[in-house]
Amino acid sequence: MADKAFVRWGIVLAAIAVLAAVPVMVSAYTVSLFISMLAYISLATAWAFFSGRTRYISLATAAFVGIGTYTVAVLSDHLPLPVVLAIAPAVGFAVAFGIGLSTLRLSGVYFVIFTFGLAELIKQLVIWFEINQTKTLARYIFVNASGTLIYELLLATAVVVVAGVWWLSRSPLGYALRVIGEDEMVARHAGIDTTRVKVLVFAATSAVMSLVGAILSLRYTYVDPNIGFNSLVSFQVLIMALLGGIGRPWGPALGAIPLVLLFELLSGTFPHHFGIALGLCFVVIVYYLPGGVMGLIDRWRLWLRS
Amino acid sequence: MTDALPLLAIRGLHKSFGGLQAVRGFDLDVPSGAIVGLIGPNGSVKTTVLNLITGEIAADGGSVRLADQEMTGLPPFRICRARIARTFQLVRILPGMTTRENVLVGRLFGAAPATLERARREVDALLERVGLAERAEQQGAQLTYIDQKRVELARALATQPRVLLLDEWLAGLNPSELQIGITLIRQVRSEGVTVVMIEHVMEAIRALCDHVVVMSAGALIAAGAPEAVLRDPEVARVYLGDDDA
Repeated sequence: MADKAFVRWGIVLAAIAVLAAVPVMVSAYTVSLFISMLAYISLATAWAFFSGRTRYISLATAAFVGIGTYTVAVLSDHLPLPVVLAIAPAVGFAVAFGIGLSTLRLSGVYFVIFTFGLAELIKQLVIWFEINQTKTLARYIFVNASGTLIYELLLATAVVVVAGVWWLSRSPLGYALRVIGEDEMVARHAGIDTTRVKVLVFAATSAVMSLVGAILSLRYTYVDPNIGFNSLVSFQVLIMALLGGIGRPWGPALGAIPLVLLFELLSGTFPHHFGIALGLCFVVIVYYLPGGVMGLIDRWRLWLRS
Repeated sequence: MTDALPLLAIRGLHKSFGGLQAVRGFDLDVPSGAIVGLIGPNGSVKTTVLNLITGEIAADGGSVRLADQEMTGLPPFRICRARIARTFQLVRILPGMTTRENVLVGRLFGAAPATLERARREVDALLERVGLAERAEQQGAQLTYIDQKRVELARALATQPRVLLLDEWLAGLNPSELQIGITLIRQVRSEGVTVVMIEHVMEAIRALCDHVVVMSAGALIAAGAPEAVLRDPEVARVYLGDDDA
C-alpha cells in the first residue's frame, strides 16, 4: 500500500518536473498555448470547487480575473511585482467576500443572473472611472516578464490549486459544500454554518481567479476593460468544468486542456465565426456529456466490468 | 408534567406572516426524557412552531430555552449544535449521496466535532441501529420511503441531540412499518433523548406520548395525557368535526 502511494507521488512529482522544464524544450508559441491551459486549469478547478459543489453557479469569473488584471495595470508602476501579485488575490478575496455576504442568500437562477450582472457592473464602473478620472480607456503594462516566468508562475498556481482542491475535496469542508449543493436546509439543520462556508470558499476561489488574472496580465502590454473583464471567460470556464465533470477534483482540469486547444484551433481557423463554433461546443457538451468526461469514464468502467 | 425544570421551555412564541397572526402566544414545557405529542388539524401551524424552535424562521416575540441556554434568535446551525435536532415533514434526502453520506453530515457538524474516520465509524453504528446497515452504500435517491425516513432519523440522531423534533415522521408508513417506527422512537427515548413529535397517527400518539398538546389556528387549545386530551370534545371538534380542519 505504502509503496503504491510512494510510486504515485513519484509519478506526480516527475510530471510536475517535466512540466516545469517545458519552456526550455518547446517553441514560444507552444509555451503560450501551455500558459492558456494552465490558466484555465486553475480557473476551472477553482470555479468548480465552489460552484460545482454548492450549485451556486457563478458567472462572475471574468470580474475576478479582471480585478487581478487591473491590480497589475494600476500598481505595477509603483510596486515590485511580487507585492503586486500578492495584492491581486487579496483584492479579489475582499471584493468576493463583500459580494458573498450580500448575495449568497439568493439561490438558483437569481444567483446566476446576479453574478453575471455584477461582472458587467464592475466592467462598466471601470470604464466610467477610466473615462472620467484618468481620461483614457486603456492602460499600458510595463512589466518585464518573460513567457517562461509567466509559465512557471501559472504552473505553480495550477499545482497548488489542483492539489489543494484534491485535498480539500476529501475533507469535511469539501463534503459540507456538497451537502449545501444537495439541500441547503438539511445542511443548516445538521450543524453546518452555511453562510460562513459559502462566503469563505467563494472568496478564496475568487482570489485564485484574481491571481490568475494578475499573472496573465503580464503577457499584455496594453489592457482595456473589454479585454480585462471579458465575460466570455466566465462561460468558457463554466463549460470547461462541465466538460471535465464537476464531481471530481481532476475533472475541470481535464476539461480545460482539450477546450483550450479547441478554442485555439477555432480562433485560428474561423476567426470570424469563433462565437458560432463556441456555441455549438456548448450545446454538444451539455447534450451529450451531462456528467462530463469523468462521468463518461465512469460509465465506460461500469460497462467494461459488466 | 413534573415539577423539575423543563429541558425545553417555550414562552409566548409569536409569529405573523404579513397580516396573518400564525402563531399566537404559544407556550410549551418539555421535561427531560419525555415524549410530547404536538397535534392539531392541518393549517394549525405545527410545522411553523418547529421552524421557530429550530431557527429556520425568526420569531416576532417570545423565547425558546434549552435548559439554561437561550435559543431565541440563534441561526439553525447553532441550535443544532446546542443539541436540538429535527426531521422534516417532507422527507429531505440528499439524492446524490449515499446513505452513509446522508447521515455523516450530522455527526461531522453537529454537537460534537469528530475526525472523519471516527465520524464514519460512529455513523455506521448508527445505521446499524436504525436498520440501514445494508443500505450504507446506496444512493439516497434509490431508497424506499421508510428507509428515507430512517435516514432522516439517523441524521438527526447523529448530531447528538438532547431534544429531537419529529415532524410527522411516522406519516405514510404501512402498519408493519409503523410498528418499526414506534419501536425506534421508544428506543431513542430510552437512550436519553427527549422527543417532541408532530403527528397525525393517533395510534402512535397513544403508544408513545406522555403528554399531548393540541394546536388549532396558531394557539394551544388543550394539553394533558393522551387519553384525556383525545376525549376532550373541543379537540374532537377541531380535529374531526366541523369544516374547520
